[in-house]
Amino acid sequence: MWGWGEAGRNSPSRPPFAQMERVVVSMQDPDQGVEMRNQRLRITVIPHTVAGSDVVDWLVQKYCISEEEALHLGTLLVQHGYLYSLRSPRSLVLRPDDTPYRFQTPYFWTSTLWPAAELDYAIYLTKKNIRKQGALVGHEKEHYDQLHRKINHTWDLVVMQAREQLRAAKQRRKGDRLVIACQEQTYWLVNRPPPGVPSVLEQGPERSSCTAGRVQMNTEFYKREMERCRKALTRARVKSSICLEAYLKFSSQHGPHDPIMSGCLPSNPWVTDDDTYWIMNAPSVAVPTKLRVERWGFSFQELLEDPLGRAHFMDFLRTEFSAENLSFWEACEELRHGGQAQVHAMVDAVYQQFLAPGAARWVNIDSRTMERTLEGLQQPHRYVLDDAQLHIYMLMKKDSYPRFLKSSTYKDLLAEAVIPPEAKRRVFPFMRKPRHSSPSPALLPASTSGEPVAAASGPECGDGGT
Amino acid sequence: MDEETVEIQGRIFYQMVAIKDCILVQNLEVHQVAERVEALGQFVMKTRRTLKGHGNKVLCMDWCKDKRRIVSSSQDGKVIVWDSFTTNKEHAVTMPCTWVMACAYAPSGCAIACGGLDNKCSVYPLTFDKNENMAAKKKSVAMHTNYLSACSFTNSDMQILTASGDGTCALWDVESGQLLQSFHGHGADVLCLDLAPSETGNTFVSGGCDKKAMVWDMRSGQCVQAFETHESDINSVRYYPSGDAFASGSDDATCRLYDLRADREVSIYSKESIIFGASSVDFSLSGRLLFAGYNDYTINVWDVLKGSRVSILFGHENRVSTLRVSPDGTAFCSGSWDHTLRVWA
Repeated sequence: MWGWGEAGRNSPSRPPFAQMERVVVSMQDPDQGVEMRNQRLRITVIPHTVAGSDVVDWLVQKYCISEEEALHLGTLLVQHGYLYSLRSPRSLVLRPDDTPYRFQTPYFWTSTLWPAAELDYAIYLTKKNIRKQGALVGHEKEHYDQLHRKINHTWDLVVMQAREQLRAAKQRRKGDRLVIACQEQTYWLVNRPPPGVPSVLEQGPERSSCTAGRVQMNTEFYKREMERCRKALTRARVKSSICLEAYLKFSSQHGPHDPIMSGCLPSNPWVTDDDTYWIMNAPSVAVPTKLRVERWGFSFQELLEDPLGRAHFMDFLRTEFSAENLSFWEACEELRHGGQAQVHAMVDAVYQQFLAPGAARWVNIDSRTMERTLEGLQQPHRYVLDDAQLHIYMLMKKDSYPRFLKSSTYKDLLAEAVIPPEAKRRVFPFMRKPRHSSPSPALLPASTSGEPVAAASGPECGDGGT
Repeated sequence: MDEETVEIQGRIFYQMVAIKDCILVQNLEVHQVAERVEALGQFVMKTRRTLKGHGNKVLCMDWCKDKRRIVSSSQDGKVIVWDSFTTNKEHAVTMPCTWVMACAYAPSGCAIACGGLDNKCSVYPLTFDKNENMAAKKKSVAMHTNYLSACSFTNSDMQILTASGDGTCALWDVESGQLLQSFHGHGADVLCLDLAPSETGNTFVSGGCDKKAMVWDMRSGQCVQAFETHESDINSVRYYPSGDAFASGSDDATCRLYDLRADREVSIYSKESIIFGASSVDFSLSGRLLFAGYNDYTINVWDVLKGSRVSILFGHENRVSTLRVSPDGTAFCSGSWDHTLRVWA
């Protein structure tokens, strides 16, 4: 359970063979499965066939999905070789009409013979070669030649096997011969797809869940795990119902601000090709939108995250003579996320400016936190000011922030905020608006807040090519 | 205390935690609480942009903070920066390795990071200078002993968090390449990570082939919480916008929601007709919707609160490998093994 001795399963993201097989097995259930019929094919009759449209209908019924989704799932089953078309076995496509299909025999499921053996492929190609009297073409000819070179030493065996299989096939009824040929061909279409056809069996780089040598299973490891378990057992857990109420509250509060849920005004740039929405919501814009100003009231975090909100809050703090709190917090953030080489210098600068007795912008932190901080400053590291930073953050959050929301500053911002009018639908939908390009953040000088500088609408560039 | 005793004690503790988890399952499920919420109406999202230019499978993408630029990486080593609004390519660099599985845009918009089978994470400053070769200014930041599966800048351009097939995550100083903190605990390849949007900004979550999602304290390097309810590899993890929960997508064809304060899984998003693994997940801005890309070429949209599927989006012609909602929530972008990226809105 902690990953002890699990056998290495070195197969990254294999197709879900077991799940697909469960589906096709249900489809073949005599009572609940897809309707089976006999299909006349030239002069033979093939039993146990199903119509493409019946397969789709069955999937629609069984999984309560749309026809489109059922067709998609059915197509995947065909692409993985679980069904094949009798009339055009070379195309791995599911046609939602009366095209007859058959279920692949489990012997030829990809998962049964995994991975496909070179020897078997050689025999298959040799049979084809013999039947076509040496007229193999394209990738099959290439593979054939390659294999011939590669396993030349056992080629006699290959030819012998091929001849034997062909001979045995001749003794079967025509119907059976046809079916077996389709089955085998489908298997190889899936396992050795022609060039240009993406292989459904293609996988990403190897992953392993083998833990050998990964984490040392020693006393140290167990002690740490025990500590984690002990903490987990004694951790105060919030009841799920309370957490869920929190999601409801959050999602409903933020719903109107979610462009995908509620749209956005004047319009969604991706839908109308009009980037006015971005211009009106640029990081530093003269008059923010109403939704944006409202969001500053949701939480202190939302206010600080918006550079414009933060700037207005800073102005407010100045009127209360406590702007140094926010500046201190910003300086601590810079330290925490800054370069390693700058740590010492920054700690020093922050101390001099905010914490030292008589500092120009002294911040008021409680004596215990100050003591701890000063102690930590003996060995400065990037987290040394965390306690002080948190103290000041909570001070602003519990004290200054609520006052800001009640202040005339904020109320004026709300009153003056704009609600963009909804963009009129373009009269001629086929006339595409030219899409404005915008200067890349990499071109512009970085703003002091580190945010990408607002991209003013650039010169109207023509149609951006693909 | 000898080793055997420690091991036995450890196993007992672990069982006790698992039992406590079972007891809590009796709690109210999210769907019962969400019954009061209005169901979502007709949902229409279409492909608004198709970005063609990669010659091979797209493996990863990330948005720039300017809400329109993206960086994408592919199997053939190409990393491309696009203005996806105009579909113009702005930068392109070819990595010296294949399978570039991770890429990230720097918060300033002035650099990108990427890596893959080279076991490294490299940072490229973005330059428009025609005389400068982007590859020349490349900075090698992270060094792992196996492939790089995910990377992300923290709140600034100067630190990078990485996840690797060597089973560890690590925090690096970009300027010097110094390892600031490493995170050990996964029993197998780590495949994904996401930084918490919390006020104190000190934790992140990772998911791996050991089916575990683990929450880490960046400062101490310790795992503070772990969740193990998936039945297969966890391909993607993403925080709920409030930071109180995160979603995961797995090869077991399900997505799940884990709450950090309840310390357990609170919702599972699955359907009998969905049998292929989920490769990447992301929330809409309000957290009401969960977008998930799957290995069956589709994108399923889930109602996070009700647990039901809202919509299924077709369009890609091969696995969807990566999916991210844009920073202002106006759209999301999906990348696929069919060599293209699509922006949906």
